[in-house]
Parts: sequence; structure tokens; C-alpha cells
Amino acid sequence: MNYMDEFRDREVVRGLAARIGELAAGRTRPLTFMEVCGTHTMAIYQYGLRSLLPPQVRLISGPGCPVCVTPNGYLDRAVALARLPGTTIATFGDMVRVPGSSSSLMEERARGAEIRVVYSPLDAVALAERQPERRVVFLGVGFETTAPAVAGSILAARERGLANYFVLAAHKTIPIPMEVLSADPELGIDGYLCPAHVSAVIGAGAYRRLAEERRVPCVVTGFEPADVMQGVAMLVRQAVAGESRVEIQYRRVVKPEGNPKAQAVLAEVFTPCDTAWRGIGVIPRSGLAIREEYASFDAEKAIPVEVETPREHPGCRCGEILRGKVSPFDCPLFATVCTPESPVGACMVSSEGTCAAAYKYGR
Amino acid sequence: MCLGVPMRVVGIDGANIVAEIDGVRRAASLMILDEEVREGDYVIVHAGFAIARLDEAEAEETLRLMREAFSEADMG
Ligand code: SF4
Repeated sequence: MNYMDEFRDREVVRGLAARIGELAAGRTRPLTFMEVCGTHTMAIYQYGLRSLLPPQVRLISGPGCPVCVTPNGYLDRAVALARLPGTTIATFGDMVRVPGSSSSLMEERARGAEIRVVYSPLDAVALAERQPERRVVFLGVGFETTAPAVAGSILAARERGLANYFVLAAHKTIPIPMEVLSADPELGIDGYLCPAHVSAVIGAGAYRRLAEERRVPCVVTGFEPADVMQGVAMLVRQAVAGESRVEIQYRRVVKPEGNPKAQAVLAEVFTPCDTAWRGIGVIPRSGLAIREEYASFDAEKAIPVEVETPREHPGCRCGEILRGKVSPFDCPLFATVCTPESPVGACMVSSEGTCAAAYKYGR
Repeated sequence: MCLGVPMRVVGIDGANIVAEIDGVRRAASLMILDEEVREGDYVIVHAGFAIARLDEAEAEETLRLMREAFSEADMG
């Protein structure tokens, strides 16, 4: 068993679809569920799960792609840092092609900047250790799954006494934005497919306020197609019964309390801050800033640089897509001007972006 | 980016493991994992860190529930 194939079994997926149909039968008002994790978005498009659902059940994508929700100003700062002499930018691959206001890291690389794609932030620490004469700036973008790993890299750099490792941090946390979106009457969210691996860190308990006070059913759901279908079935059951609880479909990995050690490492290095989400705006305490004690690792504080005034791309509807208001097919640039080869907005670049998923699987 | 994959632990060396999926091997740090792991266990690896251990009994139970829903739907 490898714990992936079994959860992709077509028969099981179809069986669960039939179950959802039974549960939703007789509903006149459709149920709208939002997923807030790019990996769910990809799975839903890749396996064509929408086409298996009855007309009473509608899935919409929310702000689940960390690269996509990061406003242009962040990328512009990364570009400005990349232009500094003696500076290496280390990043996950997704960031390289994201267009900033007037450039991208890929364009900077073509002009001679040193941009390294790494698999782990620890690879960036190792790079800093190997190149003491250069400074290495890691682009810390991602939700609660990624933030503990980046925090861990700062702790590792401190332990090794490195003064040339920095993080440009734009980490975000997901529960508060979920509360903000759930209050939007236009969206009318009837339930959330809560993220799988974010929840492995923060625990299913993080959605309790959303379920109990805001009365929005929450189901922490795995990423395989059968997981998603079972998660939807659990949401339909709750919605039809008028319940709103936090349930865990992805029990094989997620516990109510999450991973306390990862939470502790995260809290050691980061502290909550207000942060801007593309399409949503500033949400109080929904971001993670590097604590004062670790300011010498904070690229924003430790490396002064002039950054251009950010501009958004005219015509790009990423903002509305991230709020669940429109789908990529509503964007006039989709698949015409904007393609994965020449993306206009972040939602088309990142593999987890809704536009990229729709382009690859949805047409 | 939040992608994490279940990988089987094939080696443990202090605070690090080597984990494997489909013949691909990767090193991963145990720095942020709060559980003991042994060779043969499955862990979720994300960005070079093991973030959770996969509970195989729970996995079997989930599959059983899924198949149960399937056969109910089938009969109905
Ligand atoms: S298709 Fe391109 S231009 Fe349109 S919203 Fe998506 S990323 Fe923006």
C-alpha cells in the first residue's frame, strides 16, 4: 500500500458521488462549498470532480494559493534584492515566473541575477554556508504548512552562526480569512473543505470558532479524489441536517490539536501581523512577521533597498478569483492573452493557482 | 506549495530521515515532527521537513468507510 492509489480508486470516487447525490436529493437551494487550498483546487480540476456532483452542490475556489495571494509589492522587493550585488535569491520554483509590477525573477536571472530554486529552505541555509561571501535571501511564502519549515531554517542558520542567511517573509495564516469570506452574503458559503496539511500543523480545532460561532460547517479533507468526495459528502450531510461542526475526513494525518512541535517552532520565530491579501485587502493578524529577536535574519529589516511602487495588472481578475467571486472562464484574458507560458497574473503561474489548474485540466 | 506527499521512511539518522516514494529518495528533517518514527512508517514530507506521521490504521478505517458508502449507494 502506498496510501495514494487506494484513494484514487475510480469505483470508490463514483460510489461517493452517488452518495452525495442521495444526500443532496430534494434540496432546492444549491449548496456552495469553498476550498481554500490550492492542492484541493488542483485535485478537483485534475479528476474532473465537479462533473460528478449533483446540480445542488457547487464547489468554489478561494484564496488557497500562497503565491497568488501575495501582492505584487512582495515580488517587487524580491526583484530589488536580486539586483543587489553579492546577493543570491533562493526560492521554491513557483515564485520564479510570477510577474511583479515591472519584472520577474526570471527576467532578473536573464539579466545576470543569481536565482536558485531549492526544494527546502534548509537547502538555502546550506547554500549560505557554502558561499560565506554572498548573502542568501530565501523567499518565505506559504501558509502554516510551510512557515514552520522556514522558521526551522532560521533556527538552523542561527545554530550554525550564519550572518549571511535571510528570509523575506510573507507567510499567511488561513483561518481568519476564512471567517472574513464566510461573512460575505454574496458568496453564501455553506461549508468549507478545510486544508489538509495546513491542518496537520494547526489542528482541526483551529476552525472551531468558524463552525460554532459563525455556523459554517468545516471538514478537514485530504487531497486525493476519494478524500475530496468524502469531504463533500460530509459537508452535505451536515448542511442538510442543519449542523455546523468541525469534522476530520483526513484522519490518517490530521489530529484535533495538530502538531504542537511545529506550532512551537513557528511561534518561536514568527508573530502574528496584519497583512495584505491580493483581492481581499489587509486582514488583521492574518500574516506572520519575523520576531524582533530574529530581526538580523529578516531581509526586509536587515537589507535596505529601494522598491518600486507596486502596480497591479490591468485586466487580470486574480483578485476576484481569490475571493471566489468569478471563475477563470470569466476572465477575458484566460487562455488567450494569459497562458502558463506567458502568464499575466499569479493565478496562472503557480501550479496551485486556479487559472493554471483550469487551463491544464478544465477546458 | 503546501503539497506534502506520504513517503515511506527507509532510514533514520538522528534528526533526519531518508524517505522514499515511487523509487525517489529524499532526506527530510525531523525538527518539527512531534512523533517517533520508525523505518517502514509513512510520513508527510513538505519542503524537506516531515510534518506528520501517517496513521495506517486510520487510513484503513477511512477506506473501509468509503467503500461502505459506495456499497450503500450501489444498493440504493
Ligand atoms: S486568466 Fe490570467 S489574467 Fe485572467 S485572472 Fe487568471 S491570471 Fe489573471
